[in-house]
Amino acid sequence: MANPSSDPLSSGGSIVGSSGKGFARAFKEPLIQGLCFLCAAISIVTTLGILYTLLVETIHFFQSPGVSIREFFTGAEWAPTFKDAKFGIRPLVVGTLMITVGAAIIALPLGLMAAIYLSEYAQPRVRSILKPILEVLAGIPTVVYGYFALFHITPLLRQAIPNVEVFNALSGCIVVGVMILPLVSSLCEDALSAVPRGLREGAYALGSTKFEVSTKIVVPAGLSGISAAFILAVSRAVGETMAVTLAAGQTPNLSLDPRQSIQTMTSYIVQISKGDTPAGSTAYLTIFAVGVTLFLMTMLLNVLANRLVRKFRMVYK
Amino acid sequence: MSLRDSQISPKRKRMDRFFGAFCFLSIAIACLVLVYLLWTVVQDGAGRLNAQFLDSFTSRLPARAGIKAALAGTVWVIVLTGVIAVPIGVAAAIYLEEFSTRRTWLTNLIQLNIANLAGVPSIVYGLLGLALFVRWMSLDRSIIAGSLTMSLLILPMIIIVSQEALRAVPYSYREGSYALGATKWQTIRGQVLPSALPGILTGVILSVSRAIGETAPLITIGAVTYIATTPQGVMDKFTVLPIQIFDWASRPQAGFHETAAAGILMLLVVLLTLNAAAVILRYRSQKRRG
Repeated sequence: MANPSSDPLSSGGSIVGSSGKGFARAFKEPLIQGLCFLCAAISIVTTLGILYTLLVETIHFFQSPGVSIREFFTGAEWAPTFKDAKFGIRPLVVGTLMITVGAAIIALPLGLMAAIYLSEYAQPRVRSILKPILEVLAGIPTVVYGYFALFHITPLLRQAIPNVEVFNALSGCIVVGVMILPLVSSLCEDALSAVPRGLREGAYALGSTKFEVSTKIVVPAGLSGISAAFILAVSRAVGETMAVTLAAGQTPNLSLDPRQSIQTMTSYIVQISKGDTPAGSTAYLTIFAVGVTLFLMTMLLNVLANRLVRKFRMVYK
Repeated sequence: MSLRDSQISPKRKRMDRFFGAFCFLSIAIACLVLVYLLWTVVQDGAGRLNAQFLDSFTSRLPARAGIKAALAGTVWVIVLTGVIAVPIGVAAAIYLEEFSTRRTWLTNLIQLNIANLAGVPSIVYGLLGLALFVRWMSLDRSIIAGSLTMSLLILPMIIIVSQEALRAVPYSYREGSYALGATKWQTIRGQVLPSALPGILTGVILSVSRAIGETAPLITIGAVTYIATTPQGVMDKFTVLPIQIFDWASRPQAGFHETAAAGILMLLVVLLTLNAAAVILRYRSQKRRG
């Protein structure tokens, strides 16, 4: 057994001489390995299942009367439950992007700054207090954020800004921003702490301040990890459901005015699911067409982010 | 760390201090929001949180509404989700970390796929559950359909945290076990899993708490919001705490606003208890490892 890692499976049986045991092992070990493999393979099956179910129902949707692929992508009106149904997904996509951009404007700079504070400035003691607080913030269910936005952020906004509706995109942006902030800061901190100490020490030895080390050495060196963090956070904002449903309302319109109510792709799915829409009806099929759009958008972002993560791991390992 | 203060120009020093303060401010904002959020929820909901609230079903009258059905539904769904997802997730992690020592294209694909699945919006899992479990397997809007959907949702998370826990077990433990003639599975069962257990448990608790707070997929599969019985079996209809909260929060009557807050308090108590358990577990295992 010079090299135990090479193949302990076959050598194990021969050392314990008893043939009966070895026989049992010869079957048991591959069986367990096979079972474990099946469990791991469930993840692939899940992805295929998502793709298959979404695509099948989406194809049914496009075959329904009154639906055309062209209208879906180019139409400017989304009114699938009306008598004169309109199926242009643009208002939902615009609503989703509005929330995403607004949340990103809030969360990305704040999250990166928070990460810089944690990784470059904070004393270990302060860090050990602040990090759990961020973890708690990340663990609060999204429906709670929705409640908070609707009953506490929106009234404040309505006092401060004229003509803010009860349901409005701004409140949704703020609450989604707060929600993804812990994600941004923890992922950015991982990226920053992966930057080798030597780089910082070299800069300090040349007389740099912490500000200079942070902005000229650490952040540029961790850039691919930081961009991955940003993309993952944006993807989370795109898929965020309950908070935007409660805060931003259910009005699919193309307005870019953040004071108005809008509808995102996710909150449309919630709206239809809450009502008792019969299976197979066109309205029921729309949620799959919207779901596939949502899935592809987030999948694209995730693949991109994972690529960047692997890149920064390769550089510093 | 830096050179003696006198050698840094006042302008650079000021910039440094300003930047540090600004960074601190960002994190302080996040903490303040958390404090404000918790404070408002306690203010809104504490008055409604009493024995009657815990022991009654929801009602058309906010003062009479309670969370009995939602609480029972959450317990059913989460226990079942744990029973389904935890063994599968841990086994998958064992395969990826222990059995597939050589990286093949298949394990690479699985690994990449798990990372991507972890980022799929939860509502998409709801659509999968609706098409697969509710319609195709005709499980209807039952607890088992909800639990299966939730299991798929938290599997990637369980696999990732279990893999991290397994990776943290020193390789010498395995070598010692092999040297004594143990087989691969005996090594995993006797040495690797017991040492990785606290880490796995911590991760499992955190994944399960995510499932407790998750609303969207269960709304999509059609969990009901008005139900006046507690579930008796896995094929029963159900509602869960976050859905009940969502329902109350979206009603126009002002009274339900407090009822929703009381429900949130209950949900947060459950989650904080679980998180505290995870923190204690992590602390203990760190102490034992010394």
